Amino acid sequence: MNIFDIMGPVMVGPSSSHTAGAARMGLVARKLLGFQPARADIALHGSFAATGAGHGTDRAIVAGLLGMAPDDPDIPRSLQLAHEAGMEVSIHTVDLRNAHPNTAVLTLTGSLGRTVVVDASSLGGGRIRVNAIDGMAAAFSGDLPTLIIRNEDKPGILSEVSYCLARRGLNIAAMQLYRDRRGGLSVMVIECDQPVGPEVLGDIQLLDGVVRCIYLDLEEV
Amino acid sequence: MFGSVGSLLSAAGDSPLWQAVLDDDCRDRGVSPQASMAKMGKLWQVMKRSVMDYDPTRRSPCGLSGGQGAQMATLDHSICGPFIQEVIGVALKMGEHNACMGRIVAAPTAGACGVMPAVLIPLQRKDRLSDERLVECLYVAAGFGQVIASRASISGAEGGCQAEVGSASGMAAAALVHARGGSGAQSAAACAMALQNVLGLVCDPVAGLVEVPCVKRNVMGAMNALACADMALAGLDGGIPCDEVIDAMGAVGRSLPTSLRETGEGGLAATPTGRKIAEGR
Repeated sequence: MNIFDIMGPVMVGPSSSHTAGAARMGLVARKLLGFQPARADIALHGSFAATGAGHGTDRAIVAGLLGMAPDDPDIPRSLQLAHEAGMEVSIHTVDLRNAHPNTAVLTLTGSLGRTVVVDASSLGGGRIRVNAIDGMAAAFSGDLPTLIIRNEDKPGILSEVSYCLARRGLNIAAMQLYRDRRGGLSVMVIECDQPVGPEVLGDIQLLDGVVRCIYLDLEEV
Repeated sequence: MFGSVGSLLSAAGDSPLWQAVLDDDCRDRGVSPQASMAKMGKLWQVMKRSVMDYDPTRRSPCGLSGGQGAQMATLDHSICGPFIQEVIGVALKMGEHNACMGRIVAAPTAGACGVMPAVLIPLQRKDRLSDERLVECLYVAAGFGQVIASRASISGAEGGCQAEVGSASGMAAAALVHARGGSGAQSAAACAMALQNVLGLVCDPVAGLVEVPCVKRNVMGAMNALACADMALAGLDGGIPCDEVIDAMGAVGRSLPTSLRETGEGGLAATPTGRKIAEGR
């Protein structure tokens, strides 16, 4: 652990896992949708379900959905702010199988009907892990600039994507590949050491076989 | 990354301990010393800001916490004297501010966020220390915290309250020694003694919330840090080297039953009143 994992983060209390991590989950889900959701269904599992109300887990997730960082002093007022912003929020508990105790499933819908379902867990110290997007497995933290690329499962796409990054001097820190079935849809999760600029995202988006490229950089908040 | 207090002390050599921790962070994250110190400086400013932002009228979502930090200041003729009375007050305020969804610096955790500011802010005023000096103190604290995190734990769910308020207390004791110009070895002795005193402390939050007994455990962590720093500055040590104490803390944490590791099932959480509070939520 780096010393700033020991001293810090700066956050709104009371709990780094149940509040700060929850806010981060909301923020990541918002970024994955691409804009502020018009409707949010929040399902809390395990310890999130049992002690979430007292820890402000619900308010923290909604604050993240509104684009607030985990240290935003307005987190306690987020339910009211969401109402004022016209965001429809429903919060309930759920019992997931084999899930981390601090897990939530967020189903977000945009005003034009686009949806994303984000399954994420809060691991402690404000760190999180996204477990699945739209039912497809993933495992990333959002700590580094991250690309989530949906593409057709066919040969060569991986090397074309990595070439787009390499020729702009971007280094890949970690990378994962998932697919629903052979020749179906696949998801590439690429964590980079440097921020990824809009020109690179444009290059990747234009590649043959790439369906969608989402970029996640929490430092940009 | 320092995996032992021994390696931290030898990395520092004849230079101050905080310098070794700063250098290591610069290497680890690939940043300049100025950038690292700006980041640590911001944490110090946020700590001070949090105390100022404390609002005695605020209550936690479940209503268990709030207002007691201000109430503490109304006591006339405190047994402990004005300096310690202020330390107690700041620790309570920070614990309550956290419980009431205020903005704090996790140090090392949110539940233990009161310990470091409770000792450092009153001491800065008393000794008229510069902010730069206090930032150095935070590096010392973080260096010891890093060793505790790698050899034992700073999570209540893993190691009980000794890992949270206990770690904060050990880190604060080491930092206080530096504030008073003590050596790296004295910081290590202070941290070792502070951890020895809290070995076995369980994490038993009522209703699973960071309120009872967490808020007042911050007071205990701060008082313990002050006493251990003074003992170390007087040349005392705990008889067991700091690294061995940290290893013992890790072993004790692992042997604690789950009911006493942040589950809200044992200890105070399992008392008749604790259960009633949990049911009333």
